[in-house]
Amino acid sequence: MNNTIVALATPVGVGAIGVIRLSGSEAINIVQKIFSKKITDKPSHTLHFGKITGLDGKVIDEVVLSIFKAPKSYTGENVIEISCHGSPFIQQKIIELILKNGARLAKPGEFTLRAFLNRKLDLAQAEAVADLIAADSEASHNLAIQQMKGVFSDKIKNLRQSLIDFASLIELELDFGEEDVEFANRKELLLLIEEIEKVVNGLKISFSTGNVLKKGVATVLAGKPNAGKSTVLNALLNEERAIVSNIAGTTRDSIEETINVNGVLFRFIDTAGIRTSTNEIEDIGIGKTFENIKKADLILYVFDAKISNLKNITDEINSLKTEKKIIAVANKIDLCDIKKVKIELKKLGYDVVYISAKNKEIKELTEKLEKFAAQLNNQSTTLINNVRHYEALVKTSESLKDITNGINSTISTDLLALDIRKALFHLSEITGEISTEDLLDNIFSRFCIGK
Amino acid sequence: MKKKYDIIIVGAGHAGCEAAYASSMLGSNVLLITSNMETIAKMSCNPAMGGVAKGQLIREIDAIGGMSGIITDSASIQFRMLNLSKGPAMWSPRSQCDRMKFSWNWRLALEKCTNLDFWQDNVIGFSIVDNSFYVKTTLGLSFEGKSLILTTGTFLNGIIHIGNVKIGGGRASESSSKGITECLSSFGFIYGRMKTGTPPRVDGRTINYSILEEQKGDDGYSGFSFWSKNKPLINKSSCFITYTNEDVHSIIESGFKESPLFNGSIRGIGPRYCPSIEDKVNRFADKNRHQIFIEPEGEDTIEVYINGFSSSLPENIQYKALKKIKGFENVKMFRPGYAIEYDYFDPTQLFASLETKLIPNLYFAGQINGTTGYEEAACQGLIAGINAHNKINNKNPLILSRQDAYIGVLIDDLVNKGTNEPYRMFTSRAEFRILLRQDNADQRLCKIGRDIGLLSQEKYEIYKNKLKRIEELIWFVNKEKPDLATLNDFLQKLNSNKLTEKTTIYRILSRPEVSFNSFINNFEGYKDYFKNFEKDEIEEAEIMIKYSKYIEKERELAEKIISLDYIPIKEGTDFSKINSLSSESREKLNKIKPATIGQASRISGVSPADVSVLLVHFGR
Repeated sequence: MNNTIVALATPVGVGAIGVIRLSGSEAINIVQKIFSKKITDKPSHTLHFGKITGLDGKVIDEVVLSIFKAPKSYTGENVIEISCHGSPFIQQKIIELILKNGARLAKPGEFTLRAFLNRKLDLAQAEAVADLIAADSEASHNLAIQQMKGVFSDKIKNLRQSLIDFASLIELELDFGEEDVEFANRKELLLLIEEIEKVVNGLKISFSTGNVLKKGVATVLAGKPNAGKSTVLNALLNEERAIVSNIAGTTRDSIEETINVNGVLFRFIDTAGIRTSTNEIEDIGIGKTFENIKKADLILYVFDAKISNLKNITDEINSLKTEKKIIAVANKIDLCDIKKVKIELKKLGYDVVYISAKNKEIKELTEKLEKFAAQLNNQSTTLINNVRHYEALVKTSESLKDITNGINSTISTDLLALDIRKALFHLSEITGEISTEDLLDNIFSRFCIGK
Repeated sequence: MKKKYDIIIVGAGHAGCEAAYASSMLGSNVLLITSNMETIAKMSCNPAMGGVAKGQLIREIDAIGGMSGIITDSASIQFRMLNLSKGPAMWSPRSQCDRMKFSWNWRLALEKCTNLDFWQDNVIGFSIVDNSFYVKTTLGLSFEGKSLILTTGTFLNGIIHIGNVKIGGGRASESSSKGITECLSSFGFIYGRMKTGTPPRVDGRTINYSILEEQKGDDGYSGFSFWSKNKPLINKSSCFITYTNEDVHSIIESGFKESPLFNGSIRGIGPRYCPSIEDKVNRFADKNRHQIFIEPEGEDTIEVYINGFSSSLPENIQYKALKKIKGFENVKMFRPGYAIEYDYFDPTQLFASLETKLIPNLYFAGQINGTTGYEEAACQGLIAGINAHNKINNKNPLILSRQDAYIGVLIDDLVNKGTNEPYRMFTSRAEFRILLRQDNADQRLCKIGRDIGLLSQEKYEIYKNKLKRIEELIWFVNKEKPDLATLNDFLQKLNSNKLTEKTTIYRILSRPEVSFNSFINNFEGYKDYFKNFEKDEIEEAEIMIKYSKYIEKERELAEKIISLDYIPIKEGTDFSKINSLSSESREKLNKIKPATIGQASRISGVSPADVSVLLVHFGR
């Protein structure tokens, strides 16, 4: 465990810079062997510009070193981060050099495992780090940061404590009470359970929002074949650079197109299907489209402004049979009398935007998406976004219901105590107060190598 | 005098008796040394066995093949099933016993063990030469044993307090035991001081029972033992209930300055849940009365035991206060209450087998481990006896887990957490209370008892037969669908929802408001079938049906929680080398030497974060 590990901390590939991280008692000494300036006497949390020289005496790169000394570092050990130029060749050379000087390559998750072992992270925080790495947009990043600060852990811990207090009263009743004496007031108990249920349900709901932020807003472009869906998508994709700053490497899936609006990722589900739908699929109500709508967080209903009337559009939207958020996109406004159309569609019960995708006039649509993104960001106060947490909450919720039903049907106190213990167990699963092997495996295997 | 034995047991209380019975029945040559042959298995405190969580312990001892249940039934003068209103996990058998008969019957049972010898003497210490114990006595004898079990109760440097009077003694009118503590201490054992107490005994003829509340026994039970079936217990005696009052309390208060508890004479820690009357008056000043429970000392004797009035106040204060209790106006006292201080040994010095970590083949059981209660002592004696025998025969120790038995919970708590007050069993100490019921102790433990060889084949067949019959009963109610009209009449009588189509008896019995007995009594057609079954078989089947959902739920939870008990920690691990552990837990882990991560997780001071660290180290 005490040997020094090294890995590339930034994604593999060409970028502006790359970061190579070392952790371990020998981290500073190893880097000293290849760095042009003396660093062994430098204080923690300092930056140093200099050259890294290869065994052949040739300079490999000019870099900036960040020094973090134990225990004040991410892992709790001596840590050095080398910011070098973003060439895979240079990075590879530097890592090879470090390996030759006594470090070894880090295993997946090993940096975080060390942080965890050195008490830098609790379990919930460790999982949040995993999410942080997986996060590829700003909102999701905020979420992960928030969870790391322990807001989420605190909330659950408080809930659990009030339930423990109550459970002890019940136990007292069981072991010391004379027959039919109640120490724990059942009405107060019901109120407490209700209160806990509220918070648990709130967290459960935030899971969906959290999930959206983490995975991106699943967006479906629906509409009749000639409405111009693919033109709309292309216009959005072309426009992207103008509306967002950082977009690098966001595409996760070859069949998905993604854009980043105000830090929120929009994911267009099965865009290939949407693109080829023009000639074959007349009826929007069939097969694939419905499946996609089920998975969607947002639906853009695109229609041809020139040939549509209020009744048709209402019928078509209704035929989607969904309660998801729908934005009606009136396309091809360059070809019609926009005033007339606007008057006609005033009574439509949905948000309508007017665009001309062909002429790249899609400002109204992008504004709408920005607004939608902003709303999502606002909703993310204390959130949970981890499937394991979610499952534990669902199980807690079930146990809480059992407690309520139990009290109402006056089941015996020993059985009531079981349901309370069960709820406590599931709450503990979230805060890591009960750790199981599976859980640790699951957490640490999710880290990529640099962390 | 024979001088060489396989196992030597020092002390013949509840722990010593079970240890002697088990180890000798398993085939070891055993010597039981007691300071007084007349007080074998003496009930030093109240004349009752069982009660909440303790009744479960006796049933478990019985299922493994121990004697406490059988002896209790043989001496029972009143049986009650406590907590019937609280659900099956809380049902707890309790027997009032004839104190003399209990003691005598235990002695007779031990006298039947052919491998067991007795010796009346005081043990003053022991030495170890070539892995053999040499046990020394006051009479100057030395006995050699391969294994030594200490069950010394309250006798180690015992001091009895009554007011300002201090008497060296292990029990009223019995001398204390000197030398053993000092001997163990010289081997490096750490010991402490505990305190317990007992109330006055009075002349039952001088109590006016006619103005007190009577508590009779429950009829129709056959007692504690699974093997005394078909011999219904006869309730021969009653208990009575009365209360203290403010007059009593002011007399008690007047004695505070002479109370060894308050004036610093007693330093040992007493049990918080079994306080003396002066402690109750002092701590709960707002309560204007406390319950007093009058227990008969036996079937024929006039002596009675005043439960709830334990005291170490001067005798005259005890007497004056007693006389102010309703019904006690003319009471005559036979023996005053007293407090007793004694040495105990921190039980974290033991393995879960009850063998000491410092000296192989040395075992501790009962109050020497900081516990209190006959039942707690008896079950430790049983385990120590079995394990001492197993060890010298190169067999694995019997270690019951927390989901197997209350015995497992008790020992696991002791050896991992230690105790700083006399440890008493409660149902809330068990995580899996619904699995650890008194009714299913046989299902949990008979197989284990048979495998060890302590439970006879004959008894094991009785158990297997019962199990088969319960299974048949459940199979029957699961397939049988009663006539709908009759059923709906029946349900209506119980204010239970009517049905529109036929369903199985099983489904009907799942309803909380429908009891098995009321069903049997209301369906003439099934009466003949059900009358083939015993009361306890019907009861067991009913619990299994009615609570199946909860039993299943608890089993699931148990599986999750105990999964950590399946991950072993390498023997000889030096925890001080694992830097990521907190320093407190490093120290604790090195002291306790847990065998599994589950065991480590239950050590106080080992946090969940530490458990995660251990998982990372030992998980793969």
